[in-house]
Amino acid sequence: MGSVGAKEVPVLLDAEGRRIDGRRLDELRPIQIRAGPLPQADGSAFVEWGANKVMAAVYGPREVHPRHLQQSTKAVIQCRYNMAAFSVDERKRPGLDRRSQEISKVIAEAFESVVFAEEFPRTSIDVYIEVLQANAGTRCAGLVAGSVALADAGIPMVDLLPAVAVGKVAGAIALDLKKEEDNFGEADLPMALVPQSGRLVLLQMEGHMTEPELAKALDLGVEGCKVIYEKMKAALRERYSVRPLAAEAA
Amino acid sequence: MSDEVAAEILQTHILDLAAEGRRLDGRAPDDYRTVTIEPGFVATADGSALVRIGETAALCGVKLEPGKPFPDTPNAGVLTTNAELIPLSSPTFEPGPPQPGAIEVSRVVDRAIRAAETVDLTRLCVTPGEKSWVCYVDIHMLGHDGNLIDAGMLAAVSALSGAVLPAKRFGIAEADYPLDVQHLPVECTFVRLGDTIVVDPTFDEEHAAQGRITVATDESGRVVAMQKGLVGAFSPDDVKAVVRRAFVHGDRLREQVRGARR
Repeated sequence: MGSVGAKEVPVLLDAEGRRIDGRRLDELRPIQIRAGPLPQADGSAFVEWGANKVMAAVYGPREVHPRHLQQSTKAVIQCRYNMAAFSVDERKRPGLDRRSQEISKVIAEAFESVVFAEEFPRTSIDVYIEVLQANAGTRCAGLVAGSVALADAGIPMVDLLPAVAVGKVAGAIALDLKKEEDNFGEADLPMALVPQSGRLVLLQMEGHMTEPELAKALDLGVEGCKVIYEKMKAALRERYSVRPLAAEAA
Repeated sequence: MSDEVAAEILQTHILDLAAEGRRLDGRAPDDYRTVTIEPGFVATADGSALVRIGETAALCGVKLEPGKPFPDTPNAGVLTTNAELIPLSSPTFEPGPPQPGAIEVSRVVDRAIRAAETVDLTRLCVTPGEKSWVCYVDIHMLGHDGNLIDAGMLAAVSALSGAVLPAKRFGIAEADYPLDVQHLPVECTFVRLGDTIVVDPTFDEEHAAQGRITVATDESGRVVAMQKGLVGAFSPDDVKAVVRRAFVHGDRLREQVRGARR
């Protein structure tokens, strides 16, 4: 993808099939998910995924702003995906650029595909996603954080939304690209899965893949999402598990 | 009857028809509307094309000017794509800064142009780090009956295919010369209507849709971009089937783009 004018391309895949950080092709970066770090929000989550740090907060159902967006039959789901100025190597100009606006749109549509919005007519459910430290795969980390935050806010949904990006690195289909792989790889395909139905509610792709490669990437991504799904559930259980009184005292 | 109720009745009707493999305008699920391409529509542009897909119309004008390359790509020219959903083309479009819908069209078309390496940007470099051509791809929608992404993409590749670098005017070369277009990416958009996935949705079908998916292919058998949009979901098998169909439509549309070249 980033082939034009690229300087030194690092070795992305060694002879033993290990990637730049030693991972196998089907291996995820380490993920830690914490539900409810922001007490003032209705729901929140913090995700550390490889070198990504993403915070999400959910407010609502609440009054719709601006008012004209209000819908009489269902809640509107508004999403703001934003990258902090200091989240990337070269300072990013603050505010929503076109990329962030597009990502906000597809993430909002993904959430709207699973939230029971018709239960809250004339309200807004606002999902705020802030990327604090970025290292490829931020929209997927944002989706995971936003989804856990929605659950933490008690919003009824079909299911949680695990997400991951699959890509093509040095000719091989690889799970969960990190920055160097994203910059110098041949393709990037982020997706979000509804585990209950096995369907995808977010899917984008950029780069080049043949039909068989694409089929393989979809299957690999679905498997990756299933692993992330378990971690999301574990984070929510951790937040809402009742500790025995004896443990509290100690 | 309120618009909302009317819209709901229409949606139900479209979904009922789709369940029988039929569509409001009589097409089968895999029928694409008639496409016309009119190259060179705007004489003041360095390349242009007016593309119609049924009642949807997209006009693309390409402008080429000398400028400065980006610091991180000193040996390459610059290409930017912008789509304007201007209010004259649909009662649903409003004046003002681009809305998320317009940004999505721009970015999905831009992604396919870029990923397919449609234009070899290194050939737009004049003096490394100092001077390069800047290629502005501007798309104006002149009619909106659905499927803006495909229309915008066809207009963009058609306009680029016929573009001429105004090298003489800017004193860069003795004579003007054609822009070298090395690949022909084409987008193909589908929507889900119940269990049926139809190609080339109309405005009403997009409103009734339970998910939209766009697949960009090029002539060498590569998928170069994808975008799922709207509320709704697709299984991995749906996606694989749609990719196959996108190649069939894509190859046919590419022939049309080639045929329209002057």
